[in-house]
Amino acid sequence: MEVAELAPPERIALVGNPNSGKTALFNLLTGSRQKVANYAGVTVERKEGVVHTMEGRRVSVLDLPGAYSLNAISMDEAMTRDVVTGHGREDLPDLLVCVTDASNLRLHLRMVLEVRRLGLPMVVVLNKMDRAEKLGITIDVAGLERELALPVLTTVSIHTHGADDLRGFLDQRVLPSVQRSWRPSGLEQVLATQKDVQRIYRQVVTEPAVQRDPSDRIDRIMMHPVWGLFVLVLVLFVTFVAVFSLGGWLSGLVDDGIAGLGGMVQERMAAGPLRGLLVEGVIGGVGSVLVFLPQILILFLFILALEASGYLPRAAFLLDRPMSKAGLSGRSFIPLLSSFACAIPGIMATRTIGSWRGRLTTILIAPLMACSARIPVYTLLIAALFPTDPIAAALVMVGLYVLGIVAAMTVAWVIDRTDREHAQAPLLMELPPYQWPDLRSLIIGIRERALIFLKRVGTVIMALTVIMWALNATPSPRTINGQPVDRSLAEELGHALQHVFDPIGFNAEISVALVPGMAAREVVVSALGMVYAMDGDADMEDRLQQRIAAEWSLGTKLSLLIWLVFAPQCLSTFVVVKQETRSWRYMWIMGGYLFGLAYLASLITYQLTRSITG
Amino acid sequence: MITEQRMTIRLNELPTDRWATVSEVDVPADLKDREIVLRLVELGFVPDERVCVVAMGIPGREPMAVRVGGSTFALRRHEASFVRVSPM
Repeated sequence: MEVAELAPPERIALVGNPNSGKTALFNLLTGSRQKVANYAGVTVERKEGVVHTMEGRRVSVLDLPGAYSLNAISMDEAMTRDVVTGHGREDLPDLLVCVTDASNLRLHLRMVLEVRRLGLPMVVVLNKMDRAEKLGITIDVAGLERELALPVLTTVSIHTHGADDLRGFLDQRVLPSVQRSWRPSGLEQVLATQKDVQRIYRQVVTEPAVQRDPSDRIDRIMMHPVWGLFVLVLVLFVTFVAVFSLGGWLSGLVDDGIAGLGGMVQERMAAGPLRGLLVEGVIGGVGSVLVFLPQILILFLFILALEASGYLPRAAFLLDRPMSKAGLSGRSFIPLLSSFACAIPGIMATRTIGSWRGRLTTILIAPLMACSARIPVYTLLIAALFPTDPIAAALVMVGLYVLGIVAAMTVAWVIDRTDREHAQAPLLMELPPYQWPDLRSLIIGIRERALIFLKRVGTVIMALTVIMWALNATPSPRTINGQPVDRSLAEELGHALQHVFDPIGFNAEISVALVPGMAAREVVVSALGMVYAMDGDADMEDRLQQRIAAEWSLGTKLSLLIWLVFAPQCLSTFVVVKQETRSWRYMWIMGGYLFGLAYLASLITYQLTRSITG
Repeated sequence: MITEQRMTIRLNELPTDRWATVSEVDVPADLKDREIVLRLVELGFVPDERVCVVAMGIPGREPMAVRVGGSTFALRRHEASFVRVSPM
């Protein structure tokens, strides 16, 4: 008979409930050695990294999406189920690390028992041991090992050496993983498992008589119908003030740096097309996008910190009822909030919404949340509208955000009307205990966002600005009566498009700037600068703003602002909608309705303003 | 003495800040509802567990935040109605 070969694991997977601190543990184990991608064929985020064991071996770690059960009710949970049951396209991991929250074993033990039935090599990790101790909870680890017949380790993911036991365990030899038949458990079996959980829990866990977790007391305010909403408004207000004041100040510093670089290149290089391309196209164009990196990152920092603290589900709770009027649930709140930073992570975050209809509606309205890439264009136009009145400017900025939200809720309501079944989407959302965000995870999260943004700037945005620059620099080949027309290709394009955009008040310059703006809204400002033939130097934006203030009518300015609130302006959003819905149809529906809405709203704005101002 | 034969009510009828013990869960006919009940049981809404409604949304006391075991969950009233509890 063949004897199964024992070997130390080379590929391990972290599995566990949401809020088990699994991702913080993953970040502690792998540090910067991680790679974020998608699972083959689906868009569930796949996080893989490398951990160095105590003996210095390199072991690959897969951070599976958090799941309450292998009876999956969301895409994330289905992915976890497929990987651990061997039904996905992934190989079975050599070792399953089942991560639990030591301070809430009552909830997390059931998943351990369910995963144990898979019969794979497995170790149980009691994470957040520091928190359990602080709450006065003691766990008989040896007793738990006996009850489960599995090795049990403890970790503290906020301490540098908090996972050393686990890193040592990874050098031990385990049996090879063998796939067994697996069937989802029915109600009877789950009830039986829960009986076991209750028994084991009573045996190994001792809780203090008085609950020491302050979460309930904090929630008296945070989830109060009146005070809770007050706190929510305050939190959002502080976030946006930080983005615009602190972020604006940092953006100024970046702007100065880029202008300095542009000036340096301008001085050192001989005049010619190459210098033009570098200074106006690359440094000026890409630089005008890069300056918004601080604002985008500050917004992400706030969202990540709020999420890690456990506050966001409370906000979702408070907004569940109002959002249900539009056919959504509180679960849509977090994806929509993320969309204010960028629609792409927002749309990806909809995966946690169990109901397909609620998820689809959230995806379709996410682009109406004013993403941070719209800040530069909004800022430019508002400054041109109110050059001397900062309060009016701030109010209009707030108004544009509110307009987007109102439009989104209206669209969601209309979509809901078309649903004859009126199926209520389940909420069933955990409100985890409050905790201080883990600094390491925040830094890793922010760095990931910064890299994604820089990659976008280096590829799509760079390409668009260079194309835009080339269109402006190339004269039109068209001739009238044998005489070449004195126009660039960009101007020709603008004049052709003006037939479409004239009724909503856009001149040829705006029309042409909107073309690359459809692919990436960040480039609208630099594209306008280019068509108005301005050098990409430090005060390009100031001069552009003065020209806009002087040359565009009030109707045109307002119409463009309204256009920017609604219009589809980002290729990556189209791509991600196609991926997430797995359908071209929904992608075109989103693009079509946004374009129609934008055109209609701008038409009304422009014609109304013109008839009032004469 | 009738202390053993306590009244059971549905979880969505339980007033705020009153502790109760789960007595049983319904097995509804609708497949989607059945999926909800299965998840509720998996999350810890099982006989003998203590539950307490800690917060309600407005308007219409919807949704409700329910404490069970060591966790708190936000539930729609519809979801909570499948859990039968006896107030303590």
